Amino acid sequence: MIITEPHIDKELIPILEQVFDPEIPVLSIIDMGVVRSAIIENDSVKVQITTTYSGCPAMDVIGDDIKKALQEAGYNSRVELILSPAWTTDWITEKGRQALEKYGIAAPLDAEADKDVLLNGKRVVKCTNCSSQNTKLVSQFGSTACKALFKCEDCQEPFDYFKCLK
Amino acid sequence: MKNENLYKYILGIADNSLILGQRLGELCGHGPSLETDIACTNISLDLLGQVRSYYQYAAKIAGDERTEDEIALLRKEREYFNVLLVEQPNTDFAYTIGRQFLFDVYHLLLLHELQKSKDLTLSAIATKSIKEVSYHKRFSSDWVKRLGDGTDESKEKMQNAIDNLWTYTDELFYQTQSDKVMIAEGIGIDTSKLKDNYYRHVSELLKEATIEIPESKWFQKGGKEGIHTEHLGYLLSDLQYMQRTYPNMEW
Repeated sequence: MIITEPHIDKELIPILEQVFDPEIPVLSIIDMGVVRSAIIENDSVKVQITTTYSGCPAMDVIGDDIKKALQEAGYNSRVELILSPAWTTDWITEKGRQALEKYGIAAPLDAEADKDVLLNGKRVVKCTNCSSQNTKLVSQFGSTACKALFKCEDCQEPFDYFKCLK
Repeated sequence: MKNENLYKYILGIADNSLILGQRLGELCGHGPSLETDIACTNISLDLLGQVRSYYQYAAKIAGDERTEDEIALLRKEREYFNVLLVEQPNTDFAYTIGRQFLFDVYHLLLLHELQKSKDLTLSAIATKSIKEVSYHKRFSSDWVKRLGDGTDESKEKMQNAIDNLWTYTDELFYQTQSDKVMIAEGIGIDTSKLKDNYYRHVSELLKEATIEIPESKWFQKGGKEGIHTEHLGYLLSDLQYMQRTYPNMEW
């Protein structure tokens, strides 16, 4: 797999950190790893973002929000959607993972654990409410394309799990 | 059009996802349970997302004024090149699952090969889509097993669906003139090489699901040449309604 580090001009990071996924309002697009490059060229900024899931309706909103945030900071901008390399949940930062957990969405495990969880129903995903490991997969598809639905067998709370995508 | 073969080749792949995505979308709010409803519409969303990438590319290849929306929404029935399998209706949940399973196995094999295409855009779309389609195949395979190896009634329905959809499977490997040109150029995938693998994989899972593999050797085809079953017209009238009623409408 090709892992390319994102190329983002330093002064743009604080601006882009103020743009959040509209579906998961605690996760900034920087922590989500969807910004692949942001470069200042004269007064204008060229931003490349990648989709999480192909059909994710949040991407259009994210593009608009980026333009708005940069405009407020005094930059014109151009946002381009790129396909390659394809996004992976590995690009979610540690800070992003913690924000997800705190928000009540279990962060993606590694690929092998994910297969166990989604294929064999092994109890690896921790409940985001009570931290119990006694949880059960309810559906491989959840409230948005990127999530699966789980239920805690101890506290009985349902919760989302951010699916591992590699 | 200079690149007409490539244009048609892209549509041949993308139209399958558009039409199946629309079929699954019909279940929004009508699925047999909340979870399956959400799963079917999630799969629909993935497919329609992939379709956008293909049609945007096709619009670029066409090189005229046409847009992805026009390609998706304003063609006539005979200008859609999807296989007959994906346009079959949601007769019951077993049909929805059977259709999905028979397509997902093919789709995943196709995307694996398409990653190696000389065309970098197609290869990038394939690499992106493959992650999503793996989930689709898991979902449909699980349900074929659950229904096939379930109650007498669910087994009968699953068997019926497979028996009736089987006739549309061979067309997945049919090659149009444009397909052949693209294969020769190293852009297209020689689907005839996927066939053995496909039937082996499908048969293994059906066996596990205690579903009998249909013996019929008579297969329907036509969709890839634009000749469809009666079901597509109804689907398109739904799909195209807004654009036909309010031309150039945008969100």
